[in-house]
Amino acid sequence: MGLEYVRISPGFEKYMPKDYVDLVQYGQFGREVDVQQLGQFKELVEEHPMCAGCFMAYFIRIFYAALPKPEDTIVIGTAGCARLALSQAAVPFIYGNYGDTNAVASGLKRALSIRFPDKVKDVVVIAGDGGLIDIGFGMTMHSWFRREKFTTIMVDNEVYGNTGGQESGMSPKGVQLKMAPKGKQFDKINAVELAKTAGCVYVAKLAPTNPKRIAKTVRRAILAARHFGPTFIHAYTSCNIEYSIPTEKVLEDARKREKQDFGFYEWMTDEVKEFFEEIERKPEEVKA
Amino acid sequence: MPEQRVVDADYLLLEAPRERKFITGAQAMAEAVKRANVDIAIAYPITPQSEVMHLVGDLWAQGYLKDYYRAEEEYGAMSAIAGAVRGGARAFSATSGPGLLRGLEAIASWPGHRIPAVLGVLTRVVNAPLSIQPDNVEIAYLLHSGVVVLHAENQQDVFDFTLASFVISEKVDVYIPIAVCTEGFFVTHAKGYVHMTPEDMKLPPRDPYKAPVPPTDCEIPPARIQRDAPVQKSNFMSYLIHAVWQQEVWASNIRAMKYIYKYLGGPIEVVNPDAEVFIVASGCAAAQGREAVRYAQLEGLNVGLVKVKSIRPFPEKEIRQVLSKAKAVIVPEHNIVGWLAKEVKAVIPNNDIVIGGPRVYGGMTLPVELIMEKVYDAFGIKKAKKVVV
Repeated sequence: MGLEYVRISPGFEKYMPKDYVDLVQYGQFGREVDVQQLGQFKELVEEHPMCAGCFMAYFIRIFYAALPKPEDTIVIGTAGCARLALSQAAVPFIYGNYGDTNAVASGLKRALSIRFPDKVKDVVVIAGDGGLIDIGFGMTMHSWFRREKFTTIMVDNEVYGNTGGQESGMSPKGVQLKMAPKGKQFDKINAVELAKTAGCVYVAKLAPTNPKRIAKTVRRAILAARHFGPTFIHAYTSCNIEYSIPTEKVLEDARKREKQDFGFYEWMTDEVKEFFEEIERKPEEVKA
Repeated sequence: MPEQRVVDADYLLLEAPRERKFITGAQAMAEAVKRANVDIAIAYPITPQSEVMHLVGDLWAQGYLKDYYRAEEEYGAMSAIAGAVRGGARAFSATSGPGLLRGLEAIASWPGHRIPAVLGVLTRVVNAPLSIQPDNVEIAYLLHSGVVVLHAENQQDVFDFTLASFVISEKVDVYIPIAVCTEGFFVTHAKGYVHMTPEDMKLPPRDPYKAPVPPTDCEIPPARIQRDAPVQKSNFMSYLIHAVWQQEVWASNIRAMKYIYKYLGGPIEVVNPDAEVFIVASGCAAAQGREAVRYAQLEGLNVGLVKVKSIRPFPEKEIRQVLSKAKAVIVPEHNIVGWLAKEVKAVIPNNDIVIGGPRVYGGMTLPVELIMEKVYDAFGIKKAKKVVV
């Protein structure tokens, strides 16, 4: 149905919350927006209760602005910081049990494919390092092995932020965190390589310092999942609270980590590459 | 596969002609799924449930279902069911013993998510030392989940309960999942006569818009946009939201009762309602209780049976009424904790008449002689006076 479901029934305009009316009139439903236009359209997520200076909140804001078809997108999250913003966006959100995102997404995507075989319905999982690579590891991996057609985005803050700062499998080795009183004993898990091995058709890793690049990566991941198979984005989204990063240094930290171990990395199958070469060709090239 | 035509649910369940087949309980459950117009089944192996999901997989291969896959484990299977049902599909899965416990966190969240799914529970041992034998202690863990829990005595019950469950769980005033339980092996792997509806008839497809909570499919207004933070700690409103929602879930569970009357003839079956001593039993124990009633009749003892079909909602009023003049109540069970005896004790005023037992566990059979010993005790008959046993 796409846009129909976000339209306001005639006569009800003046009774609807202003936020909703603004979304319908000035939002990104049904039109392409550029992240560089942020501030010039009604965003899908605005108010959220995440910590001041949270880099994850910034990433989520860009993510929503980059959705290729927000009116037909469902986001799935799990317990943790990310869902605080995800649950307050103007896109349907499913909050399951801890770590079960990729299993829920598997069932949901298959049900939507059964019911709407001729329509595009994008399913996107956004969850933290704990949800995807620790407790939900098996479900994450198996959704990839099964070649489920949805996107998984790991917002990696390298810690269990929401429960008060425990180490996760994605915390760097040696870092001292709660439940790692002598420092973490093993290396950060290489999620990107796992994703490639497990069958993802598009994999990217980034420190979200460049909004245009984030948007392009999110868009590519969703479009590739729509047509070919599972896709994965590993995004560094620091926890300024547990890692004691002053708010004004959050971006500086991201740039530092980008140089160290989160340099932009993108990999895709040949099939996906050909697809993007086709659809991302400039209009003048297409005409020629 | 034969072409299946959609028929009205009431017609299929209550009026359609039936054909008698000699089949296992696992086959009976799969035959019900065949007639239920299921969209997707998600399987994970565990004995003795596997047989059911093998057969359901075959149904998918034949074209009766639109999707089927083997999940990574039970938690993944039950979570995927939640996703599929939220997407508007009709879904089925089955599990056993430790598998049920592994998936229980997801299952316990289904009622609150308003997931109308049907789950087969083919019971087996869960506690150590582990065994694959039938034992229904796992039902105790389901009782407080909000799920409607039916307990089938035999292959016929398995067919009837499973097919009816798809209809009952999707009623707008119910809209929560139903677990159809029966003892593994004793029922799943043994054959019995089952009167089945024609295989060329099936239920109407699920209409996900006929629902108290709309599907998450980006199709219908109002858009399901959460503007309030989900339930979380240190939030007074969240306590209230949770409390109100849980009350509604349990009210939904109770509202299933009228459909249990309509489609399954009520939550209990009573044999010899004027008896002095009653055997109250569910599942396979009800079959043994039925046999004990026959033994007692041969000996001229006035013994009756209350077979409990619905454990949740629990038939409080019905049981209270039937047992109002009973001198003794014997509750035989296939588990060590005696969950049914506790349920019965909780709903009758003079609960000192309840004899909790006999109980067998670990998959032991329940000999009628054990029940008869309790019957003799209840009548004050000394062992030497026994005639039949």
